Amino acid sequence: MGLNISLAPEVLFHIGSWPITNTFFWFFWLWLFLLIGSIIFSRRIKLIPGKFQNFIEMAVSGAYDFTESIIGPGEKAKKVFPLVATLFFFILIANLLVYIPGQSAITLETVGGVVPLFRAIAADYGFIFMITISMVILFQVIAIITTGPFAYITKFINLKSPLKAFLGIMDLIGEIAKIVSLSFRLFGNIFAGEVLSAVMLFLAPFFVPLPFMFLGLLTAVVQAFVFSVLTLVFISMASEISPEEASV
Amino acid sequence: MEIEAAKYLAAGIAIGLGAIGPGIGEGIAASKALEAIGRNPEASGKITPLMFVSMAITESTAIYALVISLIILFG
Repeated sequence: MGLNISLAPEVLFHIGSWPITNTFFWFFWLWLFLLIGSIIFSRRIKLIPGKFQNFIEMAVSGAYDFTESIIGPGEKAKKVFPLVATLFFFILIANLLVYIPGQSAITLETVGGVVPLFRAIAADYGFIFMITISMVILFQVIAIITTGPFAYITKFINLKSPLKAFLGIMDLIGEIAKIVSLSFRLFGNIFAGEVLSAVMLFLAPFFVPLPFMFLGLLTAVVQAFVFSVLTLVFISMASEISPEEASV
Repeated sequence: MEIEAAKYLAAGIAIGLGAIGPGIGEGIAASKALEAIGRNPEASGKITPLMFVSMAITESTAIYALVISLIILFG
């Protein structure tokens, strides 16, 4: 088979002893682009919006309304919205970058062989794992702030009765499972999309891959949405005191 | 059996068995959501995003199987 698929991202070059992979390369440029773009955009906001500003305002206010519909209106939604919306737009743009035509033809000759310059950013498990683990730590911090440190610990370690001790262990496993489920979902979908389109291109180069590309486009949007909505749901779960926990 | 053959077999079995449950589950989710939209078409804007989220959660077990089989094949 002439297919060239690897689970780990390809190393392009080294800065000192630090390997620069192709996903990191694109991540860096996307990050820089979004940072500078948003700084420039925020200085040019006008009272009477132009076409572009109108589009951005529509997208942001739609996202804000959706956030309010899940976590409830008020201070909480205002606090959590920047994080969740950033996650959504970043992952969405990162996924959609794959659909720039012609990018997969560009390769680079390195010490380890010829590697593609481009790779979907979310097809790098390291990137997704870091995002997920920081989000899961955030859920714990929010839970500690809302319930207090003592109630937070007794949620997991509770020796009042065997049943409560068992449930505490299950809760602990549930928190760890969040890392696995959140990160594997995004990684699996995007990487599987990459592999699927590569296999289809290999089997039949013309027209046959198109429906699969369309499916990948759908996945790219839906998975960005799902990742940010699940983050939002977990945050709203952590920031609410359930009556059961309040009595403990 | 050679190790290479066993690898391909394992990857196929892993994703094949792992896709059964989520397939059924997503079908149920979609049918219920469409039923609800049919009864109350005004609520489709609220139902559709929730359906996508719940479908994605249902899908996750298939994705685990997929990741495992991809690791077996390419890892």
